[in-house]
Amino acid sequence: MDQQQNVIELKEVTTSFYSRKQELTVVDRVSFNVKQGETLAIVGESGSGKSMTSLSIMQLVPAPNGKITNGEIIFNGEDLLKKPEKAMYTVRGNDISMIFQEPMTSLNPVYTVGEQIREQLMYHQPLSKREAHQKGIEMLERVGFSRAKEIMGEYPHQLSGGMRQRVMIAIALSNNPKLLIADEPTTALDVTVQAQILDLMRNLSNEYDSSIILITHDLGVVAELAQRVVVMYAGQVVEEAAIEDLFDKPLHPYTEGLLNSMPKLDEEQDRLQSIPGAVPTPDNFPVGCRFVTRCPYAMEVCTKEQPTLLEKESGHKVRCFLHEEGVVNDGEHERSS
Amino acid sequence: MTTYIIRRLIMTIPLLIGISIITFAMMQFAPGNPAVLDVDPDIPPEAREAQIEALGLNDPLPVQYARWMGGVVTGDLGNSYISKRPVVDMISERLPNTLILMFASSVLAVVIAIPIGIVSAVRQYTKTDYAITLVSFAGVAVPNFWIGLMLIMFLSVQFGWFPVGGVQTLNADFNLWDRLHHLFLPALVLATADTAALTRYTRTSMLEVKNQDYIRTARAKGFKEGKVIFKHALRNALLPLITIFGLMLPTFIGGSVVVENVFSWPGIGELFLTSVNQRDYPVIMAMTMFTAFLVVIGNLIADILYAIVDPRIEY
Repeated sequence: MDQQQNVIELKEVTTSFYSRKQELTVVDRVSFNVKQGETLAIVGESGSGKSMTSLSIMQLVPAPNGKITNGEIIFNGEDLLKKPEKAMYTVRGNDISMIFQEPMTSLNPVYTVGEQIREQLMYHQPLSKREAHQKGIEMLERVGFSRAKEIMGEYPHQLSGGMRQRVMIAIALSNNPKLLIADEPTTALDVTVQAQILDLMRNLSNEYDSSIILITHDLGVVAELAQRVVVMYAGQVVEEAAIEDLFDKPLHPYTEGLLNSMPKLDEEQDRLQSIPGAVPTPDNFPVGCRFVTRCPYAMEVCTKEQPTLLEKESGHKVRCFLHEEGVVNDGEHERSS
Repeated sequence: MTTYIIRRLIMTIPLLIGISIITFAMMQFAPGNPAVLDVDPDIPPEAREAQIEALGLNDPLPVQYARWMGGVVTGDLGNSYISKRPVVDMISERLPNTLILMFASSVLAVVIAIPIGIVSAVRQYTKTDYAITLVSFAGVAVPNFWIGLMLIMFLSVQFGWFPVGGVQTLNADFNLWDRLHHLFLPALVLATADTAALTRYTRTSMLEVKNQDYIRTARAKGFKEGKVIFKHALRNALLPLITIFGLMLPTFIGGSVVVENVFSWPGIGELFLTSVNQRDYPVIMAMTMFTAFLVVIGNLIADILYAIVDPRIEY
């Protein structure tokens, strides 16, 4: 899978919000790629810019205040940011699909499930209403509905949260997208339903060989689905690694903190560990490393300069002075658990 | 659905009875009575007393009310104190004119307000939006009799584009174009305030819906902005507007009192004003009950429309 080509590649993508007084950069020079059939997870706390990154790919950053100011998004060998808005209409929902965090509100309450699947199919493919209906039923069966025919005629409010998220997945996959962006797809669901949805997504991505960008703050979900992980903090990528490397040998103190704050079954713990403080807001980003205010290893240099994202080992990138040559003698530090 | 409508209509009966009692009492507490106002001041007091006695106005209020109610139940709304004609006839000969005016106004209000409201919401905080906001505030604030007079002065008198008043050219045969020509200005004036208000409501409602998750979903599906707005946003935005429109329906009656006078439109609004000035109790009672009934019907229509547009509502 490593040798396979990139489905999408982000280069230095920067997205800002403009208010009357200031420019707030919420996505700061973010670069990563996703390969064919791969599931890439973007992990971070609320406010880390992960959702904005995904909306930037779709070019659905809330207008008129939000704008993608820099960078390239290479998809199918073309830079999406250079394409006219018109061209995006055939990319969205067709080549790249997206499902959202809130299945309860992401479907239009006044149209039937069938209508919402059919319109998606008929918009991007030359299908008659009957063909679209048939395809819709197939899609619903594929995401695990046993009474797909009836579901087509039902309204979103008649379905449970898990069912709605399945419907969203069916809609998103109906045009065989090359890339599926799932923004916290299981966060709003019960734990048992979460597992079902994750299973479904894993099976479908194998079946269709489609790539997934999975946005989540739940490392458990990451472990279930992803092959590679990008950790974001305050709008920047702070670490990127294959899943095993990240869990076994996290390099960035923030990743370490995230892993430590997961409950463990095999160790006795009185309290869960947590990272003190919260993600700074974009108007409050520190001058140096953005994690400096919460970092247990903060050094003098961290408050003054921004570290750069460096490839420490093959496929393992980190943005931290602890791992920059010549800043500290001992590149390795002990995990503090 | 049918049982629901029937149940709703039955529920209005106690409501209407309550309204009739309050109106009846308030009318009696108001100074003056038909005999005092209408009769020649030279008539001797004894004759006036005899008149009041003959109209039954000296009886205790409950007796008067019971007498009136007894008539209503048998379909008799009484005779006008002034013209001595049956109230039913007086209203029924004027009602069609008012209903035509109300219908035209409500259609105008919807047809004008909703597209403008959508434009205002889609172009939020642009010059277009500010201009629409300004005009609609003016529309709410400026009294409609003044707008009516201005339109008559400029469009009718100076330019001669529209007739000054009336339902049709006098003594002419029925002619649809002539009727519409006469209808346009009064309908427009009657619709002004509600159009302006409805524009604002449409804007607010659209803005709220535009931020919903399912609108983002629609965009993520690749739909063009037009489809997102008109298919996915509009139908949801219309839901609250239906209620507001139902509540607006009776305000057309209130507005028609003024507008019909300005445009000499022979409808019940004009009749209402005359009857209040003359303390013509049977006509006032009938008119009030009619308006109250219209409020109830307006709400019922709104609820029924709601159930049609919003699949989440069941009865």
